Amino acid sequence: MSFNLKDILTPFTAWSGVFKEPVTIKDPFNRKAAPRYRGFHDNDIQLCIGCGSCEAICENQAIDLVPVEGVEGVETKDGDSGLRPAIDYGRCCWCALCVDICTTDSLRLTSAYTWVDTDADNFIFTPGITEKDWYKDQNGWRKPGAGYEFYGKERVHMEELHADERKDSFIEFVKGYSKEQAQQEADRCVSCGICTATCPAHMGIPEYIKAVRDDDMEHGMKVLYETNPLPEICGRICTHRCEDVCSVGHNGDPLSIRWLKRYIADQIPADVDKYKDILGTGDLAKNDKKIALIGSGPASLSAAYYLALLGYSCTIFEKLPAAGGMMRYGIPSYRLPYDQIDKDVDYILSMGVDIKYNVNIGTDITLEQLNKDFDAVYTGTGLHLGRSTRITGSDHKNVYQSVDLLRDIVTGAPVPVEKKVVVIGGGNVAMDITRSMARLQMEKYGEVNVIATSLEDEEHMPADREEVVEAREEGCEIIPGYGPQEVMITDGKVTGLRVWKCLSIFDETGAFNPKFDESDERVFEGDMVIESIGQGMDLSYLSEEIKSKIEFGPRGRIVVNEDWQAKGLPWLFIGGDIIEGPDVIHGIANGHRGAVAIDKFLNEGR
Amino acid sequence: MINKFLGFTPDKKLLPSQTVTTDTDIDLSSHKYQKIWLGPNHPGITGNMAVELTVQGATIMKAKTHVGYLHRGFEKLIERRLFVQGFPTSIRMCVAEPDTNEYFIARCTEELSGYADAVPEYANWLRMLSLEMARLQGLLRGVPGQGGTFALGIGVQWGVYLRDLILDRFEELTGARVYHMYIIPGGVRGVLPDGFKARMEDNLRDIDDFIIRIKKLMFHNSVFKTRAKGLAIITPEMVDKYGIVGTNARGCGVKRDVRKDNPYLYYDQLDFDPPTATDGDVYARTWIRWQELIQTVDLIRQIMAKMPAKGDIRAKMPNVLNWKIPKGETYVRLESGRGETGMYYVTDGSDKPRRINLRGPSYNHAIALLEDVLVGTDVADVHATMVSLQTCPPEIER
Repeated sequence: MSFNLKDILTPFTAWSGVFKEPVTIKDPFNRKAAPRYRGFHDNDIQLCIGCGSCEAICENQAIDLVPVEGVEGVETKDGDSGLRPAIDYGRCCWCALCVDICTTDSLRLTSAYTWVDTDADNFIFTPGITEKDWYKDQNGWRKPGAGYEFYGKERVHMEELHADERKDSFIEFVKGYSKEQAQQEADRCVSCGICTATCPAHMGIPEYIKAVRDDDMEHGMKVLYETNPLPEICGRICTHRCEDVCSVGHNGDPLSIRWLKRYIADQIPADVDKYKDILGTGDLAKNDKKIALIGSGPASLSAAYYLALLGYSCTIFEKLPAAGGMMRYGIPSYRLPYDQIDKDVDYILSMGVDIKYNVNIGTDITLEQLNKDFDAVYTGTGLHLGRSTRITGSDHKNVYQSVDLLRDIVTGAPVPVEKKVVVIGGGNVAMDITRSMARLQMEKYGEVNVIATSLEDEEHMPADREEVVEAREEGCEIIPGYGPQEVMITDGKVTGLRVWKCLSIFDETGAFNPKFDESDERVFEGDMVIESIGQGMDLSYLSEEIKSKIEFGPRGRIVVNEDWQAKGLPWLFIGGDIIEGPDVIHGIANGHRGAVAIDKFLNEGR
Repeated sequence: MINKFLGFTPDKKLLPSQTVTTDTDIDLSSHKYQKIWLGPNHPGITGNMAVELTVQGATIMKAKTHVGYLHRGFEKLIERRLFVQGFPTSIRMCVAEPDTNEYFIARCTEELSGYADAVPEYANWLRMLSLEMARLQGLLRGVPGQGGTFALGIGVQWGVYLRDLILDRFEELTGARVYHMYIIPGGVRGVLPDGFKARMEDNLRDIDDFIIRIKKLMFHNSVFKTRAKGLAIITPEMVDKYGIVGTNARGCGVKRDVRKDNPYLYYDQLDFDPPTATDGDVYARTWIRWQELIQTVDLIRQIMAKMPAKGDIRAKMPNVLNWKIPKGETYVRLESGRGETGMYYVTDGSDKPRRINLRGPSYNHAIALLEDVLVGTDVADVHATMVSLQTCPPEIER
């Protein structure tokens, strides 16, 4: 044996340990964990929107989103599913992937790690709602930061024409995504579906974004057309409520959902046969029912498309010489080029939808006649009348309505362009006319001199933020927060607009009652004033008899029942801006529902 | 030893290496043999596996290893999860040193998706730190644990205490003590906490002291020497035949270390030389592991000195929920405490791996090699042999 006396004695040095202090902790329950410890969950219920990304990433399927009722601040609404994650501690492995992906940063792990309970069911709990004493512990796992992201926070930049290139022409300035850009942008989506719930048309947004990622445009088109027959149009000028609520937008830029929709539609060539091929609508069975639709805006087009799919013969009656309604006659072509409107409209018309232009209902043909000739009538005539501020001088001939001017620009009618223009209004239409006038001024005078002013301050302007930014880039002056008092007229000519600083717009009861600071008075010089403070509906095509049969609600809107029928006249279906919105996507949505309602109406009893 | 103590002389002619070639050669009805099962539930077995022993007296005539008690199928579980969801499961494939498996999942996915070079430098140093810390905590349990198999329990107590200090550091760095879930595709999940290096240095000083004490306790110990020397000898010829790696190979003079032979991370920037011995027995393997203990402490000091003070911890990667990896396959290997460990990873263009295969050294060491080296030893030496081969059953039954 290869050992000696030393080998027998040396191990006894271990006895030196007898004199050492014991290292055992006597009370393990009160041992504080490290600041970063992954212990039990906490969820900031107010911050959480129930997007379900935690559920999607949980590798143990320990997380289930459950409805939460009776908790203040939690309700099912736009941008909040009303659900909150419940966690099963029989499955959880405390990997904290749920925390790392949390789009709102509401979920975290505390450093608490002891929980004794006699009932196993208690270990399924809803963090933040089930009362637990560890919520006050501010230690624990949070998103690490330092470049650690589970999805891209920044939006892929959309290339646009520079302001100098675009401000003197009406060509489209948003260039659209390339394939790489679109896929990169689509990759940021967490597929939560908060957008779908908020979209008036409930479009399958995560599904078509997935189609972009998979580069399957045909599938993307199918998903788009399930709920929206105007993807080229919506892909450009939709008010994108989806993006406002996008869960990714809580900690970064929301997804460019609108541009991705445009990307899909742009990839399919303008060929109705190709469309029919992709969407499988080449050979539709026809029935013998006929539907008349008044107006060719988004609501009527959408209703006509889905009615045509169901086999109905549709006839659209349009007052103007081209289809599209406000989309064509209200939105400038630098935002929505006419060929893109035609692309969507041509496909709908190719489905056997008949359209009659330059027909005035009421004068050329009455509504009563339509009722006789057709099985049902759908009307979506929109808001084509301008509203006046009714201030002193607003009846001058050089005070215009934005809707009229925008329509004239499209139809080619002569549009008065003065050297100095003042626009009243802070909405998207006001921005449209501001930027259109700027372009016309560039053409005529080589310089821009437009001032747009609104009651609302910068923060509360109803126009899309990018519209304001882009208008300024193009040289327009946007001065929000002032209320118009008088159109200044000298020697019969408009010289400007006198305004007061606006302090508040609504009074305590919420009624429109602006308050002004009279000491802060300004005069915006201008040779013409354009009013763009909202639009009204022109219902002159309804005869007195019909008007007496139906009901009108607040702001003159026709009251409809849940089947979109005018109350009192079951054959008259209403849609578009005259009942909801105003915007395109609401029109598309209620057009679709109107089509379903008409189908139900005509098939009742069958 | 025990035979000698009991005055029992086994019939050497019956030893399998000389006579027994098949199962039928051992005639149980002759009453010269006895069959006993060690495990699956036995405190000496390093996990859930069993060794079926045919003994004559206390001498093992034949040994057969049995696995299949874990029923977990980790590889299949990972194949049914997204790429980012793989690491919390992978760590279960070796409880003793889980970080290596986190690294595999991360590295394989990065290589196949083209992000291998995108991982920030700071993250790679932190990966190295956590891998060496994992090796250190493994050795702190493994080296005195070898003494424990010969009933030398005091060293185990020292080691477990010091291992807990390293686990404290892990808790600070990663947020967990045993299953760290720290290395993630693209980088790591946390920066080095403030004051970490100083606290680590305190622990390392304690470990320096422990290294000297454990040397006196185990390697100048007549009992340990008597039991461990000459036990379960691995010869250099067996190394390639069985696919022996790590300390088991270095214990018989075959110098193999992935960190040196095929450097990964920044191991080529560190100064170290893997220790070797020539005897190939349990004593030699434990001795090498003791030297590795010194080396690992030194490596951690080198890493802490060389790593950048701060930086990004994760590369900019695709959205983890939508992450698809193009079709491809790769094999990533590293030197774990048990030797070369590797992962074969196949992707098919979808969002989940097509096939995963962990090459755990325990598979080679504890299935075939163990059966061979146990023959001729005593029943009481089985645990010592298993520990010396660093058997980790979950790694066999992935």
